[in-house]
Amino acid sequence: MPIEIDVAHVARLARLSLPEEDLARYGEQLGLILEHAAAIQGVETEGVEPTAHPLGIVNRFRPDEVRPSLDRGVVLEQAPDSTETHFRVPPALDAS
Amino acid sequence: MIVESASGRWEPVIGIEVHVELETKSKMFCGCTVDTEAEPNTNVCPVCLALPGALPVINERAIEWIARIGLALGCTVTPDTVFSRKNYFYADIPKGYQISQFDLPVCADGHLDIEVDGVASRVGIERAHMEEDTAKSQHAGDGGRIHTATSTLVDFNRAGVPLVEIVSRPDMHTGAQARAYAQALRQVVLALDVSDAKLEEGSMRFDANVSVRPEGEPELGTKVEVKNMNSFRSLERAVDHEISRQIAHIESGGTVIQETRHWDEADGRTHGMRTKEGSSDYRYFTEPDLPPMHLDEDWVAPIRAALPELPEARAARYRQMGLEAGAADVLAPASPRARELFESAVGAGGDPRQVANWLVQDVTAWLRKADTDLEATPLSAGHLVELGRLVDDGKLSSSAAVMVLGHVLAGDGAPAGVAEANDLIQISDAGALESAIDEIIAANPEEWERYVGGEQKLTGFFVGQVMRVTQGKADPKLVSQILRDKA
Ligand SMILES: [Zn+2]
Repeated sequence: MPIEIDVAHVARLARLSLPEEDLARYGEQLGLILEHAAAIQGVETEGVEPTAHPLGIVNRFRPDEVRPSLDRGVVLEQAPDSTETHFRVPPALDAS
Repeated sequence: MIVESASGRWEPVIGIEVHVELETKSKMFCGCTVDTEAEPNTNVCPVCLALPGALPVINERAIEWIARIGLALGCTVTPDTVFSRKNYFYADIPKGYQISQFDLPVCADGHLDIEVDGVASRVGIERAHMEEDTAKSQHAGDGGRIHTATSTLVDFNRAGVPLVEIVSRPDMHTGAQARAYAQALRQVVLALDVSDAKLEEGSMRFDANVSVRPEGEPELGTKVEVKNMNSFRSLERAVDHEISRQIAHIESGGTVIQETRHWDEADGRTHGMRTKEGSSDYRYFTEPDLPPMHLDEDWVAPIRAALPELPEARAARYRQMGLEAGAADVLAPASPRARELFESAVGAGGDPRQVANWLVQDVTAWLRKADTDLEATPLSAGHLVELGRLVDDGKLSSSAAVMVLGHVLAGDGAPAGVAEANDLIQISDAGALESAIDEIIAANPEEWERYVGGEQKLTGFFVGQVMRVTQGKADPKLVSQILRDKA
């Protein structure tokens, strides 16, 4: 069964600007992915332990030790816009 | 906890979310230094700048410290837990997502006991989860105001600093309770030595979820998230204001909408913010770059065993030592040095009440005036014991003892020497006082006659005269005693 997707909403969340005429095509493709996921949902999992990670490893920690950071000049040079000390980005309203 | 208004009786319901920056040496997922005072953008690397291909690795100390916080709050440590991605776009979050936790927080189901005006209550802790802090943005142009900024400057030193979010249950009903909860939580965090928890510097921050419902209504009202409170006082004010605002709004026919409102300290009101469509659609999913954590009892046990005594338990112990509740509550969460002085002085025979009063009142006042810390003064437990003995032996009046304490704090020497050098020793030798008293009696025969005749209130007159001629150095108790004997 086809799954309805609000492609415009999904695109907005991902900050993608998609042309109006492409929405239906993306909707179809995303639908196929969701159908696949739905098929997997249907698998009998009774008695199977949940898996959060494919490798089966846990507790990969690092000790609380300081490592050298990068040089600020080099870092800021990579940015589209910066001051002597900061990255500069367009003004934004607080969305957090 | 019911607010009465023109239209009826309302029950406010408050939950608090607290963010605490951990003071680990390095960041949550990379080796950059945690130092928010450093020059902007000097503690940055491929991981915390989200350069392509960089991979996070979990700082174990941060996980130990959040477990410490959780255990101190009576939480359970989740045996199998994972990090999740919280997806949103903002300049302070370079990856396009924040590594946080969703359905499996490190700690869950605890509580914190608070007291307001002598009424105790228990606030449930729903969860404490681990995440990374965001970068610091600064709005440039036109006075730094967010609505008129021409650009935003970003400093990534704070990005990736270990951040613990502690979420209470909606168990509070007044601004005063919200404040008491936040204060108690701060004391716990300080006692655990995991953060400096400074409100003004943002290493401890709180948001309040506020709703109101008619008394007796089982369903919660629509909650509003109130942000931007930078002190305990503003938390209390903001919560109380938001409660009144919601009640007034409903009474005038309005409906409370779910939104985020900013507290404005200057005008004492909360203001709605323009919310972006879909901004709360975070599409959490398990972080594929980090393997899960298995925190079993073997991992938790040593952390539990090493928990320090918490302020609440310590205050109870101090009360048992004979302190009044007020002094115990002030001293229990005081600086480690103050507590060490108190406990060693009492261990060496000092009177608990006397030592506590000096520390809580006089020493604190002196330090504030001198704008310095206890650690910077030479005051020792031995000094406090010696000072107590001088008072007990009648050699120092209580006011002279406070003066001596000031000299000791200033580094002028030990109490006995300082008292001697500053001529503060009381005359507690009956012989020396007797001749002074005789002279005063001879000079005031009428008053003396009335005193002998039973006019008790003249005791004050004679004691005052003796204090005057001895320049305040006579032991007033001894003077009254001699007067009684002579009459
Ligand atoms: Zn880094």
